[in-house]
Amino acid sequence: MGMTFAEKVLGKAAGYAVKAGDVVTVEPHFCMSHDNAAPIAKTFKKIGVPKVWKPDHLVFILDHAIPAPTDEHAVNHKEIREFVEEQGIPHFFDVTSKGGVCHQKMCEEGFALPGLIIIGSDSHTCTYGAYGAFSTGIGRSEMAAAWATGKIWFRVPESLKITVKGKFNKGVSAKDLILKIIGDIKADGADYMSVEFHGPAISEMSLAERMTLCNMGIEMGAKNAVCPPDEKVLEAIRGIEKTNEWEAIWADEDAVYAKELTYDLGELVPCVAKPHTVDNYASIDEVKGTKIHQAFLGSCTNARIEDLRLAAEILKGKEVAVRTIVIPASWRVYRQALDEGLLETFLDAGCVITNPGCGPCMGNHEGILAPGEACISTANRNFKGRMGNKDSFIYLASPMTVAASALKGEIADPREVL
Amino acid sequence: MEQNVLRGKAWVFTDDVDTDLIYHNKYLAETDPKKMAQYSFEYYPGKEKFAKEAKPGDFVVAGRNFGTGSSREHAVYCLKELGIPVVLAESFARIYYRNAINNGYPVLFVKGLSDAIKEGKVKDGDELEVNIATGEIKDLTNGNTFHGDAVTDLEKDIMASGGLIEYLKAQAAKK
Repeated sequence: MGMTFAEKVLGKAAGYAVKAGDVVTVEPHFCMSHDNAAPIAKTFKKIGVPKVWKPDHLVFILDHAIPAPTDEHAVNHKEIREFVEEQGIPHFFDVTSKGGVCHQKMCEEGFALPGLIIIGSDSHTCTYGAYGAFSTGIGRSEMAAAWATGKIWFRVPESLKITVKGKFNKGVSAKDLILKIIGDIKADGADYMSVEFHGPAISEMSLAERMTLCNMGIEMGAKNAVCPPDEKVLEAIRGIEKTNEWEAIWADEDAVYAKELTYDLGELVPCVAKPHTVDNYASIDEVKGTKIHQAFLGSCTNARIEDLRLAAEILKGKEVAVRTIVIPASWRVYRQALDEGLLETFLDAGCVITNPGCGPCMGNHEGILAPGEACISTANRNFKGRMGNKDSFIYLASPMTVAASALKGEIADPREVL
Repeated sequence: MEQNVLRGKAWVFTDDVDTDLIYHNKYLAETDPKKMAQYSFEYYPGKEKFAKEAKPGDFVVAGRNFGTGSSREHAVYCLKELGIPVVLAESFARIYYRNAINNGYPVLFVKGLSDAIKEGKVKDGDELEVNIATGEIKDLTNGNTFHGDAVTDLEKDIMASGGLIEYLKAQAAKK
């Protein structure tokens, strides 16, 4: 009987064959934390182990509130810098022009590699499945324990196989696919599961598109989400690998799945997730004309160079009708957007560009909404109050739909402006 | 065992209660659980006064996918600090569940609870009796009964120690 991706990776790490339902204890290859490394460091100190198990297996990337907007955040950042110094942690991305959103940096810098087990104290850690890694979000206590022991327990998850065929029509992208899937199977449709993306359309997709898919695995409850470690992945990681322990691992043809779904890209249309849940799917026709007050092009879901290009194509030579905030996913993306003239396009169109980071995605700063306001956003969550005010409304959409809507001041169909 | 039988009032929630509804991201920089407690469910429509009015021993009763969203442990700390002895839900989001176990905070998976809530078989203010050892749940107000599944053996050890950190300390002391 064949094995799923999760069974193979966790079995390899455990050192013996495992199947869904087994419980294994494994050593993670990398442990990622962002601004919450500060409280984790406090918990770590309570355990009574003086040194972390392997300093070079920890990666700290400040992104949630940078540069620090409040004294509380400033203190958190200071404590992280002190901990980095004290523990000799080599992989630290501070508030500099080498940083960016943690999940983007993990992929850009060669930490996200096929077959690795990566844990992160952030629920969107599942993003690195785009590079064939088994990556998942965990809580703070658990992260402190992993720093101390180098171990973490997992129940080997059942797997959901999603096969994707066909080609996107004009104005439709990976974000529309994942919002459709989540709308279909709901916020707990993949609870505890490993989601595997298969099929010719996935092979066609760029790594940026695959990151968008895997990033939102958690929004259907998944433990992890993963795409095949194909030639595109191997090409992307060549020369930047932070460890040689990686291995291209993929599910067997005859693996056993708890559930299987098939999607045809040609059947998809531009769409949004309406307030206040990610599974609240609506096709663009159902929401077209809804008044918005702000547009946000950013976050770990959709702020890569490919996303910025799609939005810029729509905004070029035009002017936005509502305040539009653009936050590239990293400084590397920022610089590339600068070189390609995209930032100029955004500036000419009236957008506000801020430094790479999470920005207003979880309501920290740089674009909080007022009561009664609606925002169309390329991010991954539209929970009530997510962008700082509980009487505001968030619509999730693709970069193209966000750009088209920014021009009109209402939710708009990107196909009409392309 | 009498100590496993708890009585309290039900506070009833829907399916897909996300981490921002339980504990809003506005207060993420907070590190003191006592202060976290006062923000519990502040963003949940109709339950804004939960933190003030819930009494230690009251129960949080919810449908499917409780705790969906962020990995923040505040969403566990705040309820634990308020003295909510256990969360009863049809199912839990994976990270919330792990955070609960790792903090020695009991949760029960209660089959049929989502529909029961929708059908009004358990309502806000109902008096509940919960046996956290056997998983038997009685709604004393209307006589309805439910069954919850307690944690597995693996997790019992962590729970018995009071959480993952305590468990690790105990393991280290044994060596």
